[in-house]
Amino acid sequence: MNHWAFVVAAYAVTAAGAGGLALASWAAMRRAERAAEALRQRG
Amino acid sequence: MDSAREPGYRSDVPALHALANPARFLKIARPLTPILFWLGAALTLFGAWAGLTQTPADYLQKETVRILYIHVPAAWLGMGGWSGLALASLGYLIWRHPLANLAARAMAPVGAVFAATCLATGSIWGRPTWGTWWEWDGRLTSMLLLFFIYVAYIALARADAERGGDGRVPALFGVAGSVLLPIIRYSVIWWNTLHQGQSIGLTSSTIDGSMLWPLFFTMSGFTLLFAGIVLMRMRASLAAQKVEARLKRMAA
Repeated sequence: MNHWAFVVAAYAVTAAGAGGLALASWAAMRRAERAAEALRQRG
Repeated sequence: MDSAREPGYRSDVPALHALANPARFLKIARPLTPILFWLGAALTLFGAWAGLTQTPADYLQKETVRILYIHVPAAWLGMGGWSGLALASLGYLIWRHPLANLAARAMAPVGAVFAATCLATGSIWGRPTWGTWWEWDGRLTSMLLLFFIYVAYIALARADAERGGDGRVPALFGVAGSVLLPIIRYSVIWWNTLHQGQSIGLTSSTIDGSMLWPLFFTMSGFTLLFAGIVLMRMRASLAAQKVEARLKRMAA
């Protein structure tokens, strides 16, 4: 049994989960703050 | 938006809540978000690199022991996330502070992802170690239940917000759900079936130091990442609330 395949799979799942969540949260924050700023500038 | 003017907010609470003013919170959260995130990412990457290349393989589990460096932090944050959510919910129920409610809602998806990561990495680790992907063992089952209550909280909080609720029902659920935390913690003692007992305590560990040290980097790294992501989500919610309030004022 190749143990490294399991190790790589576990790290890949973690990277995808944490990375995807971080990216989605960052994009949502940027979008919302830009919308708020644009609205504030419009008065 | 001034939280001190929110209906139901108790202004008799001491200076503990100085930070709870959204404007003051944002003043701190804006510079803190990238610091927490990038420091967390750097510590996590270093810990993962060290765990993959700088530590010896286990004499029994061979290379699969390296899954420890991501599985343990994921379990810690799955449970720690709910502890934070429960405390924030309690804070909201007692002081009716909207930022506490916002914090609880921001923590839920992050904790859910870490709980799911814990389950997935545990399952991948279990296949070569135990010979099975899954077993209805006390620890595994209670962790799966934690993931489900995260999903239930997210659905409840969303439904409450859509129906114009005041957030008390999800907050009560957040506090009640913390009953599961000691069950997960002691599951390996109460139902000693497949999952190993506790090997890392606050002051001692049964794992040799030559294998243990990268874990401190991934634990602290993932914790900072968790905090950074929660701040991002809180900032997004505050900005969305600001847009909604302004649009309402413009329409009026």
